[in-house]
Amino acid sequence: MNTADQYLKAIYLAQRIEEGPASTGTLADLLEVSPASVNEMVGKLEDRELVEHEKYKGATLTDEGLERAHNALQTYCIIERFLTNVLEVDEFREEARALESVIDDTVAERLDTIIDRPAQCPDCFDAEQDHCELLESGDHAN
Amino acid sequence: MSLGQRVSNDRQLTRLLQIGVVLEEVVESRAAHHLETLPSDERDAVDGEVETLLVDAAEESADHRERLETLIDDLEAETVSYEEINTLVDAQYGPPEDTDGVLYDQLANEETAYKFYDDLIAAIDASETEFAVDRDRLLDTLTTIREEEKEGAEEVTEIMERRA
Repeated sequence: MNTADQYLKAIYLAQRIEEGPASTGTLADLLEVSPASVNEMVGKLEDRELVEHEKYKGATLTDEGLERAHNALQTYCIIERFLTNVLEVDEFREEARALESVIDDTVAERLDTIIDRPAQCPDCFDAEQDHCELLESGDHAN
Repeated sequence: MSLGQRVSNDRQLTRLLQIGVVLEEVVESRAAHHLETLPSDERDAVDGEVETLLVDAAEESADHRERLETLIDDLEAETVSYEEINTLVDAQYGPPEDTDGVLYDQLANEETAYKFYDDLIAAIDASETEFAVDRDRLLDTLTTIREEEKEGAEEVTEIMERRA
């Protein structure tokens, strides 16, 4: 997943957490980067018409940005579910965050052929808990 | 969240190599399933060329898996067994409708594997971490496998073009 998609996913989750535009501070916390980095990237995403930014309020995804964020979150859900159900990783959230930049969506699609993912994915993703609310860490393959 | 494509430690490397093993096991298992589950009339139509392709793909994946497992052994970790992945493939498997569908799936397998190894090599190159496995050996192994995936994708494409 490339950096732009990671930002779009973070904006999507921040909008859900804040029930409104994603603030720079929340995005900096979610992405573990500086507010200056967030502002720079949000500006680039705005240029690409993926995000609308309102001063003092925050960033809001456009329809196209929302679609890409949705796909990115789905890829992330596949990685988390794969780590939990197939590789039986207990610290799947930390590891998914560390791996997402290296796992392309086509690779995630292939991993998706062996996991059992709910039809409503990724709407069942709990933004504050950072994992699918239907995912149980003891829900292993065996 | 980790921005920027790099592998930072042994645990991350191990996990990515384990994912590589699973991808190879999925290829191996799906190739076997394609041969077993095509309807009899379609199976008759699976000519020698396609059958050989699937058998070779399964063998090549098994070989790639063994090479990755050697690296994972050196990182003192384990892999998910083929039998377990085969069971998971079996649970979710929907057979392609015809031979073209089989070839398309095989092309997706090869291209996905190529993309995975390409990204992994780039992420290792971008890192200055000293891993528990020798970096040159690690990159040699992954580069060789990536090249074979590329050749595999080209082979499937050639067959598809001949059949078109």
